[in-house]
Amino acid sequence: MRTHKEVDVVIIGMGWTGGIIAKELAQAGLHVVGLERGGSHTTQEDFAVPWIRDELRYSVRNELMQDLTRTTVTVRNNVNERALPMRKLGSFLPGEGVGGSGIHWGGLSLRWTDQEFKLKSMTEQRYGKAQPSDGLLIQDWGISYDELEPYYEKFEYMAGVSGVAHNVGQRRAVGAGPAGGNPFEAARRRGYPLPALDTGLAGELFNAAASSLGYHPYVTPMARASQAYVNPDGVAFGECQYCGFCGGYGCEVNAKGSPHHTMIPLAQREANFELRTHAWVSKITQDAGSKRATGVEYTNLASGQTHFQPAAVVVLASYALGNVHLMLLSGIDTPYDPVSGNGVVGRNYAYQAGTGVALFFENQLFNPYMNGGLTSLDDFNANADFDRSQIGAIGGSVLYAGASQGLPIGARALPQGSSLWGSAWKQQTTQWFPRTMTIAAHSSTMANRWNYLDLDPTYRDALGQPLLRMTFDYSENERKLTRHSAGILNQIAAQLNPTHRTQAKAAQSWSVEHYQSTHNTGGTIMGADPHTSVVNKYGQAWALDNLFIAGASVFPHDAAYPPTLLVSSLAYHTADAIKLRYARHQRGLV
Amino acid sequence: MSVDRRTFIKAAPAGIAVLITSSAVAPAAADEQQGAPQALAYTYLRPSEGAFVERLADHMVPADALSPSGNELGIPVYIDRALSSGWGKGERVYLQGPFLEGTPNQGYQLALTPARLFRLGTEATLQYAQQTYGKRFNQLAPEDLDDLLHRLKDGRAELTSDVPSGEYFNLLYALVREGLFADPAYGGNRNKAGWRMLDFPGVIESNKRNIARYRNRPYRVEPISIADVSGWTGQP
Repeated sequence: MRTHKEVDVVIIGMGWTGGIIAKELAQAGLHVVGLERGGSHTTQEDFAVPWIRDELRYSVRNELMQDLTRTTVTVRNNVNERALPMRKLGSFLPGEGVGGSGIHWGGLSLRWTDQEFKLKSMTEQRYGKAQPSDGLLIQDWGISYDELEPYYEKFEYMAGVSGVAHNVGQRRAVGAGPAGGNPFEAARRRGYPLPALDTGLAGELFNAAASSLGYHPYVTPMARASQAYVNPDGVAFGECQYCGFCGGYGCEVNAKGSPHHTMIPLAQREANFELRTHAWVSKITQDAGSKRATGVEYTNLASGQTHFQPAAVVVLASYALGNVHLMLLSGIDTPYDPVSGNGVVGRNYAYQAGTGVALFFENQLFNPYMNGGLTSLDDFNANADFDRSQIGAIGGSVLYAGASQGLPIGARALPQGSSLWGSAWKQQTTQWFPRTMTIAAHSSTMANRWNYLDLDPTYRDALGQPLLRMTFDYSENERKLTRHSAGILNQIAAQLNPTHRTQAKAAQSWSVEHYQSTHNTGGTIMGADPHTSVVNKYGQAWALDNLFIAGASVFPHDAAYPPTLLVSSLAYHTADAIKLRYARHQRGLV
Repeated sequence: MSVDRRTFIKAAPAGIAVLITSSAVAPAAADEQQGAPQALAYTYLRPSEGAFVERLADHMVPADALSPSGNELGIPVYIDRALSSGWGKGERVYLQGPFLEGTPNQGYQLALTPARLFRLGTEATLQYAQQTYGKRFNQLAPEDLDDLLHRLKDGRAELTSDVPSGEYFNLLYALVREGLFADPAYGGNRNKAGWRMLDFPGVIESNKRNIARYRNRPYRVEPISIADVSGWTGQP
């Protein structure tokens, strides 16, 4: 094993969180090494037109995603089943290489509020204690919206988020803020840096139908620059061309905020930052007394040689599942045991629940390859007045409307009873491809005692280490939430009065097949109590003062909103804590 | 072709958008159809498999007013190339054992790469067709072929070699769709006929203004493929 010279900080993973922390700490003068398992990505070489506009290569063959021959997870719905490996990608798509999932994300940027961070106390205050028989593991996060607000703003301005703010400076009554804004959003100091995207015909129709039902649709804030933009770091963004090759792809004009053209080049400008690609970390090492992390061991995937990188601070910033895996492989803190309920690493794993409808209109042309921004609805999520006792569940659902999939291989939605092949199928596909819109609902998933992550007893990765084992299914809470959101979807779909439509249904059981979302959360969660959490609100591990964890693995539950804005804002918060507080005192920050 | 279609955005090094015109690179569609068709070789498919995918391609994508036939579109060529490629050889599939039958929610659990699944599944399907309909596959009436495909799809066809017929059908169905709609660089979708059928404009899409201008209006343009913009020609 080759041992390197000790550095101030070693960061595992170079996606949004690792990139943000690398840039912040390198600019503060710390000597930082960033380790990335995949290769490099640049817009000029990897995302150039015309080659990036290749649906087969990117959406079907998943070129930007994790290579499962190196590592995957094993999956099962419950502890009575035998876990088997996820042999092909499907349900979720972790990215690989510099930029991580920040390359292929869809850009949705919604601010999680105290409704999530104070989930337990706010729920109990309003609805009384949850029934213990539910198996729910709800808890407060130990952080507040007010603490995070400046970091949300920092990310929105850095990543070029386009949207309409409703509650700048203060909460405003419904209808008292600008049209297109979300009346249920938390108050914010500043509006968005860029005006909202055009939501196209689908947004127009959804807006009219939802408004006529008394709901409050708004333009979904997205990190797709609606105009050419230069961010506060001096990074230039091109103008979004609504090209349709967005989620799943890199952006050729850097209109989508991504780490490879923002954070990482800025870090690389500093002489005290070094990026090493093809570096697969297999262990975070500790001193003899298990008091401090001493560095990381990794394998250079080009040569096979093993390396040891000593560091004063270790930042674990891979994908949520990778974070949990590495904590378990390194033997840091106590693995969670669902039978006794003891232990913390692997606890509170959650994955977003959802449902959707497709609407087919004889007389509306959406031209879906012109992918407009989405339109959302928060009446059943951020809206505090939405009475959850009606449905007997905790959490909520956010709706998204837009034109259907505008790329031809993936565009498979057809009215019920359509043919699967032959001239009839060709005619139906030709007719409905440009005339279909979809509405999806994403719901919260609460942590449950029986949903967790641990090490698989049988299957191994390419380095011979045990794979991560995922035990997960939706519980009664998610079935109730999605039954409710399916009802709302069907109501709005009926109001839109299409020629044909599908029926939204409640989520039943989770399957590893078919893409749902890359919103995997929990396993190294944040909290105020070391007995029920792995890190404090700064992402600092309770077990080792100089280990920080960034990513959705720190979420104690999964909200209806997508994770990227929150993980990135928490990464800024963690970077400040290391820079301003930890570097001075070298001890626990709470 | 509409005038605004002729401009598209190309990335410049600093991420600054540069407008260039595509009229010089968009070929006239008719040029490609002139002259004798070039003969292409299969590099994975065996003779019986070649005949099988050729019949399948024309059955699933028949010639009609919307497009030429699956063979004219090059779907068999696409399938052969896909199965010979790294994807066909399972370059991204986790294939370590033990291999056990899982629940439907646990997804794909076969010990087979896509190319091997195709080979075993096709061999078994040809046998199954002979047993079930008393005819060789290529003699099946169109109604028999429809029936066979539905049996495969629904998992009702008991295939030898323990290949689950539903899994095999999913592979065939995906391959045919890809041969119809993937960029012509992969051997199918010849002359972009799959894209023309859907009015899909291809790789050059600068819709900042179009999304308002063509709201609820038809948008028909000559589709543009990767090679149209930046293809290898062998010419200096």
